[in-house]
Amino acid sequence: MHAVEETPRLSTFLSQIANGLVLGSLIALIALGYTMVYGIITLINFAHGEIFMVGAYGGLATLTYILPTAIATTWYFALPIALVAGAIVAMLIAVAMERFAYRPLRNAPRLAPLITALGVSVALQEAMRVFYPGATAALPFPNLFIEGAVVIPIGDGVVIRYVGILLIVMSLVLAFGLERFVERTRLGRAMRATSQDRDVARLMGIDPDRVIVLTFAIGGALAGVAGVLYGSYLNNINIDMGFQNGIFAFTAAVLGGIGNIRGAVVGGLVIGLVKALGGQYLPGGTAYDYVWIFVVLIIVLVFRPQGFFGESERVRA
Amino acid sequence: MSRTRKVAATAALLAGALALTACSTNREEATGGGGGSCDTSKGTLVVGFIAPLSGSLSALGLGMKNSTDLAVNQANQNCTVPGYRLALQAEDDQATAQIAGQAATKLASDPNVVGVIGTLNSSTAQSAAPILANKKIVEISPANTNPALTQGDNYQSAPSRPNATYFRTATTDAIQGPFAAQYMVQKAGKKNIAVIDDGKTYGAGLASQFATEAEKLGATVVAREKVGEKDTDFSGVIAKIRPTNPDAVYYGGEYPVAGPLSKQLADAGLNIPLMGGDGIVDKTYVSLGGREGDLATNVGAPPEQLPSAKAFIDAYAAAGYSEPFSAYGALTYDAANVLIQGVAKAVGNGTFSDATRDGLISAVQATNLQGATGAISFDQYGDTTNKVLTVYSVQGGEFKPLETGTYPAS
Repeated sequence: MHAVEETPRLSTFLSQIANGLVLGSLIALIALGYTMVYGIITLINFAHGEIFMVGAYGGLATLTYILPTAIATTWYFALPIALVAGAIVAMLIAVAMERFAYRPLRNAPRLAPLITALGVSVALQEAMRVFYPGATAALPFPNLFIEGAVVIPIGDGVVIRYVGILLIVMSLVLAFGLERFVERTRLGRAMRATSQDRDVARLMGIDPDRVIVLTFAIGGALAGVAGVLYGSYLNNINIDMGFQNGIFAFTAAVLGGIGNIRGAVVGGLVIGLVKALGGQYLPGGTAYDYVWIFVVLIIVLVFRPQGFFGESERVRA
Repeated sequence: MSRTRKVAATAALLAGALALTACSTNREEATGGGGGSCDTSKGTLVVGFIAPLSGSLSALGLGMKNSTDLAVNQANQNCTVPGYRLALQAEDDQATAQIAGQAATKLASDPNVVGVIGTLNSSTAQSAAPILANKKIVEISPANTNPALTQGDNYQSAPSRPNATYFRTATTDAIQGPFAAQYMVQKAGKKNIAVIDDGKTYGAGLASQFATEAEKLGATVVAREKVGEKDTDFSGVIAKIRPTNPDAVYYGGEYPVAGPLSKQLADAGLNIPLMGGDGIVDKTYVSLGGREGDLATNVGAPPEQLPSAKAFIDAYAAAGYSEPFSAYGALTYDAANVLIQGVAKAVGNGTFSDATRDGLISAVQATNLQGATGAISFDQYGDTTNKVLTVYSVQGGEFKPLETGTYPAS
């Protein structure tokens, strides 16, 4: 190994920060769905990672089978259409999942919907494997944004791809929008009310079923957007992608305080940064970067079991 | 329920979820046909087959399955094994060692299984080979390249054969790795090479064989990194190797990682070639992001250029399989024929029973056959004596052969 100069060292550090932010933004988008569903019906929806995966395939199917090539290869048409298509497909699956898998178990013991979530997750993965043409192996996904990268001239250059910047911006904008929605609108108030006490919310004239469907729909749409952006960033998708990223997102939601929107975003970014910087600087290198994510999770849970932004558990009757 | 207990319960459930996804489907298929005019009065013998038929490596596995199917059908048409009809039973190992073990156990429980063709991955062979050896079932792999499978863990100092029933028509990484280094350093003139692998039996073994020889030839291994076989985002590894100014990357592993890795190298501004072993030689490599000028070595000579392989290629095309025979087709076809010829010799005019298995092992050991890939025979470890390899390069969107040779260069 030859000696690494000071400025390349700085540019490596900044590159890893950029990598961490991109990955973190992606995880944050998925984590929002975990955290919202938990916030409203205290269900850890393990099938949410699969919603993210299905969204990516929905976007890909729209690009390959529905759009004419001229449109599918022009980014300012293809990008919004694919994002919307991915969001709609993911939203429909999420709503169907709520209606047919979780609603019948609304008053069942909490373990029942949790196990159901695992079942839905396996079912969605296998359904994609069997029914999507070619999904037995990874499928190429087109780059939907401007090909190329910003190079910040520090040391030997910090490269951030345009798609990466898009991912960070989209994630922050959507998370901010979601927070405003929950804090400022009537529907958002209904969501908060349902999450606090479903029965009292019903007495106030709120239909909890509608609010729960809305929560699943929003979470699903965000995951679908994340799926399409993920495909566009990495240029290939496979049916396993929801599992790993879903676990990261779940960890992000727990880290930030499950049930809290801002917490999901911060948790996602922390995980992205820990993975990137841990792979660079901690012993074991990139082979052990996942380990550091969960080390951080354990440390945070020991000292702050409710996560960064979470409230202490309410005592339930 | 308190928060911590909830987390504990969650962790237990996660473990359950992992176990669930690991044991999804085990598809089974029995094909075989022809043989209309042959005497099949003694019944049916089964040629077992284990390789990934679903999942990311299925492009290679399906080509292997079709090539075995072709050899079995031809044997049935030619009445190669007198009195018996041969049937192919293909098991999907999903490139997972544990599932390959289950598949091997399943095949080993059938007294009519004469032998097994496969596996694709060295890691799956590690779990399947001992199970088959226990029942004296011959296994011939067209694709395993890890040296330890035939020569034991101490293959460099004290080689000893772990399983007398295990043979392979592919040469080993003890030759492939140095052969690749020889090309990369001496022909392509690369001096600062970053070596990355996926930590599996095949990838890690191949990468270290490569790195050792590359340093011996005067190149510097500027970085030695590992990635996960299910990883998709390699930006961390790439940012890490970038300041070391590599002029090439060698990757030990398979195309589902290698393709995206190559693409992301270029995305990060590292326009240097990626080189890999036989595990990346498939057209899927290019569709997943492999670039023009990327290099790979593969075992054997390119079938398209071998006169001996023409009959196989024509028959494969005529049979109308929906998948191409891919990287290991010709070697698989040869492996199946070695097994079938061995069965014919061991059974003779008698019947097949467990008592025939020792004779079958010696018949395969003594193989001397003109196959599609050339002359086939095995040394005392069960390795092929055909140690030829080929360097390929991606040109016009597919792997084109550059040169064929062996190590040490003669």
